[in-house]
Amino acid sequence: MKLAVLGAGAVGASVAELAGDYGHSVTAIADSSTAAVDPEGIDPDAALDRKASGEGLGKADPDDALAAEYDVLVEATPTTLGDAEPGFSHVAAALERDRHVVLANKGPVAERYDDVRALEADSAGQVLFEATVGGAIPVLSTIRGLGAERVSAARGILNGTANFVLTRMAAEGLSYEHVLAEAQDLGVAEPDPAFDVEGTDAALKCAILANVLYGGGYELADVDVAGIREIPVSALELAVDGGQAIRLVGDVNPDGVRVGPRLVPENGTLAVSGTQNIVQLESDHAGRLNLSGAGAGGPETASAVLADVDRLGGV
Amino acid sequence: MRNTSPDGDSGGRSAPDAPRVADGGEQLQAHTVRLELVDEPGELLRALNPIATHGGNLLSIFHERGSLTPRGHIPVEIDLECPAGRLDTIVDALRNNGINVIQTDAERYREHVEVVLVGALIETDLSATLTAIEECEEATVVDMSLTAPNGEDVASARLSLAAAGGAVDAALSRVREVAAEKDLHVIEPLVGGDR
Repeated sequence: MKLAVLGAGAVGASVAELAGDYGHSVTAIADSSTAAVDPEGIDPDAALDRKASGEGLGKADPDDALAAEYDVLVEATPTTLGDAEPGFSHVAAALERDRHVVLANKGPVAERYDDVRALEADSAGQVLFEATVGGAIPVLSTIRGLGAERVSAARGILNGTANFVLTRMAAEGLSYEHVLAEAQDLGVAEPDPAFDVEGTDAALKCAILANVLYGGGYELADVDVAGIREIPVSALELAVDGGQAIRLVGDVNPDGVRVGPRLVPENGTLAVSGTQNIVQLESDHAGRLNLSGAGAGGPETASAVLADVDRLGGV
Repeated sequence: MRNTSPDGDSGGRSAPDAPRVADGGEQLQAHTVRLELVDEPGELLRALNPIATHGGNLLSIFHERGSLTPRGHIPVEIDLECPAGRLDTIVDALRNNGINVIQTDAERYREHVEVVLVGALIETDLSATLTAIEECEEATVVDMSLTAPNGEDVASARLSLAAAGGAVDAALSRVREVAAEKDLHVIEPLVGGDR
């Protein structure tokens, strides 16, 4: 398959680097200002080296990548809220041309799921988005395998940064500010951590899960969101004294979608540590399934993107 | 595994079918009490002591080590007999000992949930907060731990709530209301997914 990759951050770059291993070629890659395009296939490593040296990915304009020859558009630009632009327009442009889309960008399916599905219905292209929920963890393909209508609820730990901060605070008795600074030094937290610690990122993933499980109609505004900034060490210690742990839990059920700090049994399945993620599915016939693993990271998330590409190719 | 207790301290076991009477001639009544024990050495013994101390006679203990409750505790069912009216004393003694009594045949199913409150707990009158939570008829605050670090306005409290069966949601919803009025943060249990 020929891939056009929009976005050359950790995930987009890893998709481009790994595509060859999966038997695909990259015909275009773009970031917000430059692009490399070649219908015969670009050299991803060379383009990324050029970007790293400050030259930009190539001589082409980002719009040229969208217009390039490809079978699958990989949308890995940063997630935006509200109208989910420019990601949504990229999806629309690919579907208009009857091309497939694989999303790593959560915006279009978290904020405009029904719009995306409507465009897809009029296109020969399909939209898959495994990488948007739980990074490397095959959550959506598991749900598809079970049948979304036979999965009644989902819950889990969907943000590794927040989970890292909470587990370090509880283990070391260190304050939120201290652990956050440490996480930023380690590259676990962004310089602006709001998206993660205020629960927005987990809430977007929950909106996507709700859309998949209940047939659409959810956006970020439908999720009741609370973050972890207000949690003092004393609360984490009290929880541990009672055999519990505090985790930022996303909870998707037919009565509502919530993200917030919750008490879970300290040694229970959901109390994963560090940057691990876990998703627990309640299914009608298969019972409870727990899926855990790396919820972020370039190659990890790229593996989910490339699994979607393989599904589209009928592999 | 069902163990029948040895007959050591039974007050009035004269013959299998004879009416049972205690030493003082009181009529004995049989009861079933369900407990949840933490999986730690000595817990079972700690649970059994108050029964004997208060004149109860153990008939059998059903200790389901293999089937943990959603909270990770071990369910234990105890059949006992005691003089009429003595059951409440025994249950109170168990609870004072920190044993989680889930059900007695006199009192229908009760569930325990924990919540953590965070905020200006002291300034906003903690005891009034607890009283306000208990205005929800279904909920009782059975235990509370408070941590108020020196020099910080923000304190944390862990509350253990007992709610009648099926009323956990109502109890949690009351906690949310009270917390919202006082601008406190509530860290709720994940009911249903806590395994």
